[in-house]
Amino acid sequence: MSPSVPLQEMIRAIRSARTQCEERGVIQRECAAIRAQFRQADNGGRSHNLAKLLYVHMLGYPAHFGQMECVRMIASPRYSEKRVGYLGAMMLLDEKQDASLLITNSIKNDLSNSNQYIQSLALCTLACMGSAEMCRDLAPEIDRLLRASNSYIKKKAALCAVHIVRKVHDLGELFTKAARSLLTEKNHGVVHGAVVLITELCERNSETLERFRKTVPDLVQIMKGLVISGYSPDHDVAGISDPFLQVRILRLLRILGRNNEAASDAMNDLLAQVATNTDSTKTVGNAVLYETVLTVLDIKSESGLRVLAVNILGRFLLNNDRNIRYIAMTSLQKIVGTDHNAVQRHRGTIVDCLKDQDASVKRRALDLSLALVSASNIRSMMKELLSFLSSCPPELRSQTASGIFNAAERYAPSQRWHIDTILHVLTTAGGDVRDETVPNLIQLITNTSELHCYTVHKLYRALLSDISQQPLVQVACWCIGEYGDLLLRGECQETEPVQVTEDDVLDVLETVLQSHMSSPSTRGFALTATMKLSTRITENVDRIRSIVSIYGSCIDVELQQRAVEYNALFKKYDHMRAAVLERMPVIEKNSQGHINGETIKESQTVKVKPGEPQQPPNQVCDLLDLLGGSEQPLQPSPALGSTAPPMPVSTANTVGGDLLDLLGGLEPTPITPVATVTVYEKDGVTVTLSCEKQSDSGLTVTLTASNSTESDIRGFTLQAAVPKSVQLHMKAPSGDSLPARGAAKVTQMVVLNNPNKVNLKMRLRISYTSQGSAVQDTVQIDSFPGLGQ
Amino acid sequence: MQFMLLFSRQGKLRLQKWYVPLSDKEKKKITRELVQTVLARKPKMCSFLEWRDLKIVYKRYASLYFCCAIEDQDNELITLEIIHRYVELLDKYFGSVCELDIIFNFEKAYFILDEFLLGGEAQETSKKNVLKAIEQADLLQEVRYTPNHSHV
Repeated sequence: MSPSVPLQEMIRAIRSARTQCEERGVIQRECAAIRAQFRQADNGGRSHNLAKLLYVHMLGYPAHFGQMECVRMIASPRYSEKRVGYLGAMMLLDEKQDASLLITNSIKNDLSNSNQYIQSLALCTLACMGSAEMCRDLAPEIDRLLRASNSYIKKKAALCAVHIVRKVHDLGELFTKAARSLLTEKNHGVVHGAVVLITELCERNSETLERFRKTVPDLVQIMKGLVISGYSPDHDVAGISDPFLQVRILRLLRILGRNNEAASDAMNDLLAQVATNTDSTKTVGNAVLYETVLTVLDIKSESGLRVLAVNILGRFLLNNDRNIRYIAMTSLQKIVGTDHNAVQRHRGTIVDCLKDQDASVKRRALDLSLALVSASNIRSMMKELLSFLSSCPPELRSQTASGIFNAAERYAPSQRWHIDTILHVLTTAGGDVRDETVPNLIQLITNTSELHCYTVHKLYRALLSDISQQPLVQVACWCIGEYGDLLLRGECQETEPVQVTEDDVLDVLETVLQSHMSSPSTRGFALTATMKLSTRITENVDRIRSIVSIYGSCIDVELQQRAVEYNALFKKYDHMRAAVLERMPVIEKNSQGHINGETIKESQTVKVKPGEPQQPPNQVCDLLDLLGGSEQPLQPSPALGSTAPPMPVSTANTVGGDLLDLLGGLEPTPITPVATVTVYEKDGVTVTLSCEKQSDSGLTVTLTASNSTESDIRGFTLQAAVPKSVQLHMKAPSGDSLPARGAAKVTQMVVLNNPNKVNLKMRLRISYTSQGSAVQDTVQIDSFPGLGQ
Repeated sequence: MQFMLLFSRQGKLRLQKWYVPLSDKEKKKITRELVQTVLARKPKMCSFLEWRDLKIVYKRYASLYFCCAIEDQDNELITLEIIHRYVELLDKYFGSVCELDIIFNFEKAYFILDEFLLGGEAQETSKKNVLKAIEQADLLQEVRYTPNHSHV
């Protein structure tokens, strides 16, 4: 074909432009000339002009004024003009342009042209950019061509039909019969087109799928022909006979054999044959093997064949070609759930791929490695994962961190290992962990009482070296606040103790408070920790007092509020400080709202808790002795501002029910007199209890306290604990002072929900100050009036 | 296949074939981003990458990158073979093809591609048949074109 001289001249001119500006100038001139030419009558150079325009379009310049020219050219009787016209249509007209509809008629005419190359142009264009309307219009034509034309046209018509079906699903019905008969043709192109069409039809419609299952034997035959046949020069690629057709047939077999025993059986032998006979030294052979493996793993194949497939993937993993390794890992990922043991065998190679240079391979290896972690290999896998974390690309860090946490959560061989692992992650990739890591870690630490000393030492050391990683700093501050006394004691079994003074510890916390690297929530942690230390240290309480009062005028509202409240705690409620700042009890991890998608973790924790003999929750607070199982954490009286750091301390926060509880509790209690029973009577202080059922499992308990002594009682608080499965919600008490001689009472309502209908018990702790001295007492309530227990 | 792009090492587009309907603006955006992503990759890296929700298969031949976007169910390895087959076709047609051939004869590169792929799928698996068809079409163009034959 002789080159288009005008076109080439223009291209040369554009390329010789030295600057962008010059190029733009050349193009503007050319476009103007082209536009002028378009307006003129028919001359011999129309196709050249349009070609020039298309070149300009490819460079990125606007070319929409050429759309109508395309339409005209397509209608031209000259083949050269038609050819460029259709090319222009495919480049400039898409279904969103109005002009595209104008060519429908031309396409229709050309589809019936006597010259097959003209028909071909029409088919190609329709398959490339045909809109739904055009497809609907021309579908019958395509069907006709599928049945009665030469193989050159048939193969194109088949792919055109594929496009039509993708655009207008309903038209699939139209082509079903023709597709079936095309399978029997000899021409590879036609068979290939037919297979693609049948695949498309089966994917769209399950009834069609059922009907085409009958073709499985035919497909198997064709495949066998390709695999066993001798060298066929036309279709050979590196020793494989027509790999493109083989891959498409395998894919169709996969769809037909899925979930169907009979079909799967029929193809079993063939798949085994392909898997063993295909030469895997070149990419093309591996392409066929890959498709075979995908098919074997997706249909109901017999176990021997599955093993063969997984072994092929294993071989792929060892291949030098990075592409093949990547493919192998993608496929293994799909089956790691179902054929876990088979994949485990290749764990070593997969873990090695974590060190690969390529980011795509690394990502795949990470996904697979996380899926392969199990109780038996947790220690070695974690080593690999942690070293990966320190060197992995930034876009993978967050995923790695959460993966490590999940794995640690499920398979931690010991508490200490678990804590160490989390700390390691926080020091390496603290910026990329999720928000709930901090409360989760805190909960984990609280639960491991024997390691409090060890943990606080480690965290203190970490804090000394680096205060930039926010989650780590937050956890460290919290721990120092809680367990600072252990730090100061200067002895530790599991690790080298530090010799610190109270000032040292306070210095560290102040540094965090003042550092510009600390986020507002981190500073909140630090301030609260400082406050908590006021009950755990002996000498430097004044320093704490001054820190707290300084922050009373801090710009950050949250810090200011905290500081002001802590100030109040120092000044007016000093007698309560000890109680308020006590050690935190075990935190229940049952707030689902915070944990997104980590449902495995959830169900794990839920499974572990009920019924099992609990390791006794190590409370310093002795109220929560075993009450037939681990109990709900203490409810500090809601009258005082809670000083707990932001955590899912969930007492009433269990799934679903708590909102109803609240609403249940808000109902006015009926006026009918209810049975009351005295539960505590000592030193002139009396507490009575009455209760009434609100619902099948809900119960409202009213506690009334009175003081019959000669002196007033101040700071009266009640705290309650109930068995584990019972939900408790304490309302605000009516007051906290009991005037002498029973002049007034204090009432407090407690709403309980007992869904499991366990034996209801409650332990009550009463604290108050009378005549300058603090009094604390505990009483257990085993029976509730009105409950028939 | 959703689209195929050919671009040089400087990021200049040499061929773009789109099999999905997208606006010009979207096409430009995708092209720009994808070209950047592929050019940033080091030489020994994997030929496959995940980009948005597509699988991208690319291969470099001399100074040209051949880049295809395929769907989830498509076989990446056979796509590499498709790219290779197209290069072979160009090579046979132009006789030891180089980037300049494709620049100056871009419309022919399209014609060849359209004889090999249709609607994003391979239409003819025999190299010989594709080349024969192109040859015939070229002849047809000649016959109709020579100025002496002023009739149709």
